[in-house]
Amino acid sequence: MIETRDIQFGEAAGRAAEAARALAAAAPAAGQLEDLPSEKMVLNMGPSHPSTHGVLRIVLELDGETITKAAPDVGYLHRGDEKIAENMTYSQFVPYTDRLDYLSPLANNVAYALAVEKLLGIDHQLPPRCQFIRVVCCELARISSHLLGLGSYAMDVGAMTVFLHTFTEREKIYNLCESLTGARFTTSYTRIGGLSRDLPPGWIDQCRKFCREVVVNIDETETFLTRNRIFVDRTQGVGVISREDAIDYGLSGPNLRGSGIEHDLRKAHPYLVYDQLEFEVPVGSAGDSYDRYLVRIEEMRQSVRLLEQCLDKMPAGPVNVQDGKIALPPKDRVLTRMEELIHHFINVTQGVNAPPGEVYFGHENPKGELGFYIHSKGGGTPHRLKIRSPSFVNLSILPKLLPGHTVSDVVAILGSFDFVMGECDR
Amino acid sequence: MSTSVELAGRLRAKFPGLISAPAEFRGEITVQVSDPEAIAEVCAYAKKELGFDYLVDITSVDHCGEDPRFTVVYHLYGYGHLCPLRLKLRVGEEKGELPTVTSVWRTADWHEREIYDMMGIRFRGHPDLRRIIMWEGYPYFPLRKDFPLAGKPTSLPEVAFTEPAPLAGGPFVTIAGGKDTIAREPRARIPETDELRKQAANAK
Repeated sequence: MIETRDIQFGEAAGRAAEAARALAAAAPAAGQLEDLPSEKMVLNMGPSHPSTHGVLRIVLELDGETITKAAPDVGYLHRGDEKIAENMTYSQFVPYTDRLDYLSPLANNVAYALAVEKLLGIDHQLPPRCQFIRVVCCELARISSHLLGLGSYAMDVGAMTVFLHTFTEREKIYNLCESLTGARFTTSYTRIGGLSRDLPPGWIDQCRKFCREVVVNIDETETFLTRNRIFVDRTQGVGVISREDAIDYGLSGPNLRGSGIEHDLRKAHPYLVYDQLEFEVPVGSAGDSYDRYLVRIEEMRQSVRLLEQCLDKMPAGPVNVQDGKIALPPKDRVLTRMEELIHHFINVTQGVNAPPGEVYFGHENPKGELGFYIHSKGGGTPHRLKIRSPSFVNLSILPKLLPGHTVSDVVAILGSFDFVMGECDR
Repeated sequence: MSTSVELAGRLRAKFPGLISAPAEFRGEITVQVSDPEAIAEVCAYAKKELGFDYLVDITSVDHCGEDPRFTVVYHLYGYGHLCPLRLKLRVGEEKGELPTVTSVWRTADWHEREIYDMMGIRFRGHPDLRRIIMWEGYPYFPLRKDFPLAGKPTSLPEVAFTEPAPLAGGPFVTIAGGKDTIAREPRARIPETDELRKQAANAK
């Protein structure tokens, strides 16, 4: 027989109140506290820290728990992508773009292909089906990237469930990617002048099913966070970026729109078929971490809208330009006809013959403006290929933004920036 | 709404003799700035009077063997008029220096550090011109055309490899065991004279 007895709270509460009174009486006045000599401490956050999402290192100078100086140190994931690009043909570089922002490889593929096609002057001659499929790819990548961004953000500020919840949905995107491209992660889906393959049979229906399911998931994710007291307290008023600072530091994507600037490259300079589709550009009002979170949530809903419109309007036809000098000719013709065989041979060994000149193409990637600047001296390889990566530029505001916040706020701010080091360091 | 060409024309009217006529390629407008020393002034005017409040990117191109050797490229954009404009200027190797534009757009800070790191072009007046991607004390500028793809040995130890793994090899695969990156880089090797491959074959 187990004996039970009630715990007496009254006595304990009384003791605590008395202890608090005694402490208050013994504490020095506020003025004396400020005069206490303090020593600044240097804290090394990263490069291997769960909230730095990869290998970002920040050297923080602390006064107590308040940051007085922050110096980000990037470059731990530098692989020399720009140098590598100068030594291979345009088509060979497509797999390297998968590894830039490795959370949205499909969008990177599209951005790179469009940049090269702009150089070739064929960006307006792409077949309609190719353009619609590319929009579908970009928007799937956006949903996938934001789902991960939100999940890991919530986990950084203490909510484990959201991460597991959004990842069940991301898994479905991976399945769609797998049946579309043959790979779950490193998709390498686009080719110069088209795509590596057409949609597999039944894919549109799978994608529609996903669209119906992901809306429910986004709504549920919102119920976890948007009015969650802990999440709101950790993010509202933290990491406030003014409109002027956002522009001055070159922010782009959801981080820019979180500060109230309504600018989206899909609207401002429509590429592909974005001018034929209806969608809204969500913007924040306060420019804090919470607004950046809200912008991402709404962007996912708009992406679903775009997806549904694309799937409804999906035209029939080829997915590659019908120019053997740019896109590889169909394999059955390569094996039976002379001209196609020559095109195939030249295209594989020498690459697409690009004219001399230079282009810059900025693409609205999930993380911001991913730009490719290509300087060509003619021939199959770029003379210089510069990748303007949104994560690199977005992180440059940290030395301005972090001072004045506490160490725990750093986690909330970094999470709200949703950066990827593969892209930052290239 | 003004266009990129008009804005380039206004820039040219303000700095006669310094700004070239706007050139168009694939719908993009480029102007050359003939004197690199004037770039900060030109950019300050472009931002203040022409509404180019957003600096998209700064980058550099190496024309190894030509004089002047480098091109520095500025991509400007304005949220008011939504027009992009590209400014280009040439910098010689001996001088290798031009004024910073960090006082015009603060985002220029990291872009200029990256150019210094990768190309070795210095920006006078930059508040903190250190390497950003490579480590402090790295002796080379890797994006220059005379820097080999396989890299050069540095004071840091090479990646520790043991011996060629089973099934290692192939023309595009890095072979383990080379003494430095040059020996391991597949595209820098000649298959017939490949010592590593021979050693691996002899060991079997």
